[in-house]
Amino acid sequence: MASADVNKGWYKRNEIAITPWLFLLPAMIFFAVYVIIPIGQSFWISLHQWDGLGEKTWVGTANYERLLGWGDQNIDRKFSVSFWNNLKWLVLYLLAIPAGLMISLFLNQTVTGIRFYKSMFFFPFVISQVVVGLVFSWFYLPREGLLNAVLGVFGAGPVNILGDPSLATYGIIAAGLWPQTAYCMILYLTGLNAVDPEQVEAARLDGAKGHKMLWYVILPQLKPATFIAFVVTIIGALRSFDLISVMTNGGPFGSTRVLSFYMFEESLSEFGFRMGFGAAIAVVLFFIMLGFITYFLYSMYRDEKGAH
Amino acid sequence: MFPTPLAKTSRSWQISYQVLLPIMLIIWLLPLIAVANFSIKPESDFVNGNYWGIPSSFEAFNNYGKVFFESNMPRYLWNSLFITIPTVIGAVALSCMAGFALGVYKFKGNLMIFFIFIAGNFVPFQILMVPVRDLTVSMNLYDTKTGLVLFHIAFQTGFCTLFMRNFIRALPFPLIEAARVEGIAEWKIFLYVVLPLMKPALAALAVLIFTFIWNDYFWAVVLTQGPDAQPVTAGITEFNSQFRAAYHLMSAGSIVAALPPVAMFFLMQKHFIAGLTLGAVK
Repeated sequence: MASADVNKGWYKRNEIAITPWLFLLPAMIFFAVYVIIPIGQSFWISLHQWDGLGEKTWVGTANYERLLGWGDQNIDRKFSVSFWNNLKWLVLYLLAIPAGLMISLFLNQTVTGIRFYKSMFFFPFVISQVVVGLVFSWFYLPREGLLNAVLGVFGAGPVNILGDPSLATYGIIAAGLWPQTAYCMILYLTGLNAVDPEQVEAARLDGAKGHKMLWYVILPQLKPATFIAFVVTIIGALRSFDLISVMTNGGPFGSTRVLSFYMFEESLSEFGFRMGFGAAIAVVLFFIMLGFITYFLYSMYRDEKGAH
Repeated sequence: MFPTPLAKTSRSWQISYQVLLPIMLIIWLLPLIAVANFSIKPESDFVNGNYWGIPSSFEAFNNYGKVFFESNMPRYLWNSLFITIPTVIGAVALSCMAGFALGVYKFKGNLMIFFIFIAGNFVPFQILMVPVRDLTVSMNLYDTKTGLVLFHIAFQTGFCTLFMRNFIRALPFPLIEAARVEGIAEWKIFLYVVLPLMKPALAALAVLIFTFIWNDYFWAVVLTQGPDAQPVTAGITEFNSQFRAAYHLMSAGSIVAALPPVAMFFLMQKHFIAGLTLGAVK
C-alpha cells in the first residue's frame, strides 16, 4: 500500500514529463516496427542473395555492382530504362502544378453552380489509381477507345499508345496527371480563397493586370499551396506503381518500367523471388527520394523555427 | 479577388464563361463518361462496333446485376470495408495521442520525433516491402485482413500525426493551462479538453484515410493473394480476367469498385477538402 502511494507520488511529480511519452508510445512502436526498422532491414537484405525462404548468402555489394555496372560489368539494362522513366515521370508530373493552377483560376468565380463544378473537376482524385488506369487503358484502346474516335474526327490516324514502346510511358503519365492535376487544383483553389483582397485591389489601382498581377501579386501569396503541390507531386511521381501495373504491366518490351515496378518484379513475381537484388533497387530509389525528403524537411524546419 | 469577378467583366465574356464551363467539364471527365457509357451497353454493341455511341438498349441492371451476383465482387468489397474501417479507427486513435504529445508538451527530442514521423511518411513503399512481407508471414498474418490492417495503421500514423500535431498546435493553449491550474490530470485534459476540440480534424482525417486505404493497391498485392482477404482494388484484376474483353462488365465492375470513396467524398466534401488542403494557407 505504502509503495503504491510512493509510486503515485512519483508519477504525480513527474506527470508533465512522463505523459507525452505514454501518449507517444503506441504510435512509436507501430511506426518503428513497420516503417523505421524495415528500412534498415532492407539495407541489410540488399547485401545478400536471398530467395525469401532459405538462408541468406552474404554477397557484399555484388547486387549494387550488377545494378549500377561498377567494375567491368555494364549497367543493368532494365535498371537504366527504369531510371530514365522515373526521370520522365518526375519532370512531366510537375506539369500538374501549372495545369492545376490554370483550372483553379478558371473556376475561381462566384456563379451559380460553381461548387458543383469544383467538386466535379476534383473528383478524379478520389478514384483509385487502379480504376484510373483501367479507364485510361480503355480510353486508349486502338479500335474501341474514345481517343482514337476523337482523333479520327480530326483526320489523325489511329494510335496504339500503350502498345508502342516509345509512347506507352507518356500515355501512363498522362493518365496519372489527371488525378494529380485535380489535387493541385484544389490546393490552389483553397490558396486563392485566402488571397488578401486589399492587396489585389491596391495592385489593380496601380495598374497591374492579367499575368503581371498573377506573377507579382498572386503567386507569392500562393507559395504555401505551391510548396504542398510540389511535395505531393514529387512523391506521387516516384511512387508510380499502380498505373503501370494495371495499364501495361511494365511492357511493351519492358519500356514502361520504373524503379518501383522493377523492384516489385524482381522480388515478387513469376520470374522468381530475388529479394536481395530487389532490396538493392529499393535502396537506390530510397536515396533518390531521400534527396527530396531532406529538402522538404529542411523547408518545414525553417517554417517551424520562424513560427516561434 | 483574382481573377476579376465575372460580374465586373464584359457581357460577352460572362456568356462565354457560362457556355465554356460545362464544355470544359465534359472534356475533363471524358474518359470517365466513356466508361460509364460502356457499363450500360449490351454486349451486342461491342460486337457491332458501336463502342462509344449511344447504347442500343439500356442494360445497366443486367450488367451491374452480373457484377453483384455472378462474381466475387461482393466479397472483395466486403474485404475492403473490413480493411478500411479498422485502419481508420486505429490510425486516427494512435495519431490523436501522438499528436497531443507532440503538440502540447515541450520535451527534448519533440521536433526530432515529429520529423521522423513526417520523413517515414514520404519513404518509397518498396524499401519496406520485403521486410514487412517477411514480418507478416512470420506472424502468420500473410493473406489476412489483419496483416494488411496492422501495416496500414502503422504507415498512416506518420501522415496522421503530422496532421493532428499541427491541428493541436493551433488550438488555444491557455485552455490547457487553465485546466492544469485546476489540477486536472493530464490524460483527462486530453480526453475532456482537447479531444472535443479536435472533432473537425477527426472527421477530416477519417475521410482521407478511408479514401487512401480503400484505394491502396500495392500493399494489397504484396500482403494478400486470394478472395479471402484481397480488397477490391486487387480483386478487380481477377474480376477482369474472369470477364476478359467483356468491356460492358469490366467497366461496370470498375465503377462499383470506385464508388465508395466517391460517395464518401460527396457526402463529406467539406471535411475532405479541409483535410487535403491543410497547410495550403498560412
